Amino acid sequence: MEFEFYLSSAITLFATIRTITNTNPVHGLLYLIVSLIAVAMIFFIIGAPFVGALEIVVYAGTIMVLFMFVIMMLNLGKDVVKQEQQWTAPDLWLGPGLLSLALLLQLLYAISTGGFHTAAGITNIDVHQVSTTLYGAYLLCVELASLLLLAALVAAYHLGRTTENE
Amino acid sequence: MNTLTYANIFTIGIAMLKAIIILIATVAGAGLLSWIERRVLGWWQDRYGPNRVGPFGIFQFGADMIKLFFKEDWTPPFADVFIFWLAPVIGMSALLFTMAVVPITPEWGITDSQVGLLFFLAMAGVAVYAVLFAGWASNSKYALLGGLRSAAQTLSYEVFMGIALMGVVMLANSFSLYTIIEAQKDGWFIVPQFLGFCAFVVAGVAVAHRSPFDLPEAEQELAAGFHTEYAGIKWAMFFVGEYVGVILVSALTVILFFGGWQEPALLGYKLWPDFLPVYPFIWFALKTSIFIMLFILIRAALPRPRYDQIMDAGWKFFLPLSLANLLITAAVILLQQPVAGGA
Repeated sequence: MEFEFYLSSAITLFATIRTITNTNPVHGLLYLIVSLIAVAMIFFIIGAPFVGALEIVVYAGTIMVLFMFVIMMLNLGKDVVKQEQQWTAPDLWLGPGLLSLALLLQLLYAISTGGFHTAAGITNIDVHQVSTTLYGAYLLCVELASLLLLAALVAAYHLGRTTENE
Repeated sequence: MNTLTYANIFTIGIAMLKAIIILIATVAGAGLLSWIERRVLGWWQDRYGPNRVGPFGIFQFGADMIKLFFKEDWTPPFADVFIFWLAPVIGMSALLFTMAVVPITPEWGITDSQVGLLFFLAMAGVAVYAVLFAGWASNSKYALLGGLRSAAQTLSYEVFMGIALMGVVMLANSFSLYTIIEAQKDGWFIVPQFLGFCAFVVAGVAVAHRSPFDLPEAEQELAAGFHTEYAGIKWAMFFVGEYVGVILVSALTVILFFGGWQEPALLGYKLWPDFLPVYPFIWFALKTSIFIMLFILIRAALPRPRYDQIMDAGWKFFLPLSLANLLITAAVILLQQPVAGGA
């Protein structure tokens, strides 16, 4: 299991870095999809197959398809690659790089001072546990999230309606 | 923890051998299906179909394969080469992976995943990229439009496909396909889940890009749609992938609504007398073949609808239908529970 974990983690890190550094939008998107699938693999390995499957269904299978859809509609050409190269000039990396470094140090500190899970401590979380928690302790959050989605739905309907008959 | 004894190695070897046999059988079945489909279509449409190569033309598939292997493997100079190559690989492998969770008989299946059904939905979602990437990487108008259509169509139909299957999940109380089959011991889910079945079959046809939902490759409007620029073995991978989709959706229909490998049973009554022998594989193969034939018959019988009609049908008819099915199923299950369920 440990080998698979490190392999998936390495793929995730590499794919994520390539997502950011790639100048071609579709290639970047492809790396992002690979990264998401690798994260789903990690979920499978640490004993959360339900979350892993949902990660692929929702992120890789739906949201990224919409991204791809938009990129195809925009009909991007070589100009975009040039523009992307200008926007990712080396001196622009400094600010975000420093901020990320601060976050990384924080993460390393948190990992080093406990909260460390060994492989033996991993239990398999099945669908029933996830759903009873969601619809028990976190019912209010689920309802709030659905309200948010309803608002998005109403907004999408408003933007997409035809005004011919009015 | 995991010591490799000879017994372990033997078990692993058997499991791998089974997986390889299932893989080869699926691909071979998909290839053979291309011949069966053309023969049956010819029969239904009162013409011959391929009947020259070998007895009844059964070697037609071999001849086609030889032709496709030796055809010039042309990559357009204006294409994005890497993604152009990647697309057919995704198209063929994504649905083939799903065969890993398909239970053929109690002993013959690669793995019993507790999220088997979700795995299918996930792989169906990934399979969209084959068409999308092919459409984008070809860098041609027809391919691009085909890819766009496919993305919109598949997304719309996957939404209610997932919802339609949740009724089955609620009845079986599990996402595992083995548990779902076991739950149909006393009655197939086709009866309580008839609406879900209708929605799933329609969505399955759409996800496999089969006629009448083959708008991404509508010849009259889009040349050959997303695979206009493809030739040779890369095109063959799309082609075989489509038939793998047909086999997979048929097998899943059987597993989810018709009891999988089990003998007929209806509403608690066994329709197959106990003294008759039971062959799980025969039942599974027979039921799956019926649905494969249904797929082909649909192609022979129905014309292709307009694109906006397909989207309308998906969002305005099938989505509410599956939601209603979900609500009714949940209500009936709650009413039938003997004890008032607490949290």
